[in-house]
Amino acid sequence: MIQTRKALIAFIGAVLVVCAGKSFYESRHLKEPVVAGPGVTRVRKLSEFFRGIKGSANDANVYVLEGKKPGGSILLLGGSHPEEPAGRLATWVLTENAVSEQGRVFILNSANRSATTVTRLGGAYPPDFTIKTPWGGQKFRMGDRWSNPLDQWPDPEVYVHYPTRQELAYVDVRNLNRAWPGRPNGTLTERTCYALIKLIEAEKIDIVIDLHEAELQYPVISAIVAHQKGADLAAMASMMISGSEGFTIGVEYSPEVLRGLSHREIGDHTAAISLLLEAPEPFLDATRGRTDRELLLTGKDPFVVRAGKRGLLFERIDEKGWPIDVRVGRHTSAILQILEVWSGERPERGVVLTGVPRYAEVIEKGVGAFLRDPAQADKKALFFE
Amino acid sequence: MSALVTIVYYAMTAFVAVLLIWNFIKGRKWQEEILTLIVLIPFLLRILRLK
Repeated sequence: MIQTRKALIAFIGAVLVVCAGKSFYESRHLKEPVVAGPGVTRVRKLSEFFRGIKGSANDANVYVLEGKKPGGSILLLGGSHPEEPAGRLATWVLTENAVSEQGRVFILNSANRSATTVTRLGGAYPPDFTIKTPWGGQKFRMGDRWSNPLDQWPDPEVYVHYPTRQELAYVDVRNLNRAWPGRPNGTLTERTCYALIKLIEAEKIDIVIDLHEAELQYPVISAIVAHQKGADLAAMASMMISGSEGFTIGVEYSPEVLRGLSHREIGDHTAAISLLLEAPEPFLDATRGRTDRELLLTGKDPFVVRAGKRGLLFERIDEKGWPIDVRVGRHTSAILQILEVWSGERPERGVVLTGVPRYAEVIEKGVGAFLRDPAQADKKALFFE
Repeated sequence: MSALVTIVYYAMTAFVAVLLIWNFIKGRKWQEEILTLIVLIPFLLRILRLK
């Protein structure tokens, strides 16, 4: 009798282990297809710029779009914080649709690929989400703000940033946007930043645009965060966006005392101008309700709305929320406007893109309209993140 | 250094998992067996590097 009971309980336990393990495994190994669009001329690996990350989770794909007319070079970073999916989706839209008429564009859809394979520990995040498309839907990993502890562990008591020795929160030792400029013999996250710095130097990148989202209770939101080298460019782009795109975006100056961020360290350590774009994401707000796929994609949350009515937010929100199409459209339009201003001021280093949907078009058709069907794609154009 | 800490960590996890399995086998009350099982699950998942 006792043996039968133990066997039954053990069986139930085994079922629970298999169910949980399957979910975790699929979350970490879900293949996200990328159909290289007509503008992609080469797909490289990040390890080509620094061998120290070869074979690691962060040896990301680098999609290169080269125009026939010579010009400047830009680098777009999606997925520095994968739990801010509008950044990744914006780079996906560019990778699958953009064509460079002048200059070169380097795109990473998963700047911190390790962080795409895990969700917030104890946060009850959904493991993935699906974007509706005309051909069905495409599933993406949800991701987290920090690299997966399976890839970088253990965390220190205090994270000491290199090279400034500024003390930061322990968990930010796995935060790609606190590890710039990185170092060749550091943690996986530091080595990833170092590889990106090597890419910027080797390819003579003029502008780096790091795509993010922010909670509405965070003061740096709906903004272009600019290194002082890019302050004029950001200010002009902000005016052009606010005047012609149908939404407003401010400018924040990169603080010199907060270290490790892309908008600070890339500008300080390379010749490139570094900019960071923030779009509103209620999913990240501490006062949110149920943390599910619906909230991630619609940005609708009555608790965050209530916080707004009490004056606790730095961005407006109403019952319409902040849908993913709006957030992705803000990024694509902001990128285009930055490039248009830059190309107008520096025609010899210009970067001119076509085929990229702007804010109004992304909202009208939905971001899924700009994702290509991997089942119909040429196998040579199919890649996985 | 990180590799050494990781090895020690997994060794400790496996050791605790063995103790829990031993407790489960020797347990007499079904409530304790279920409790042991619930505690055991994350240890097993961690040993399998599923997170």
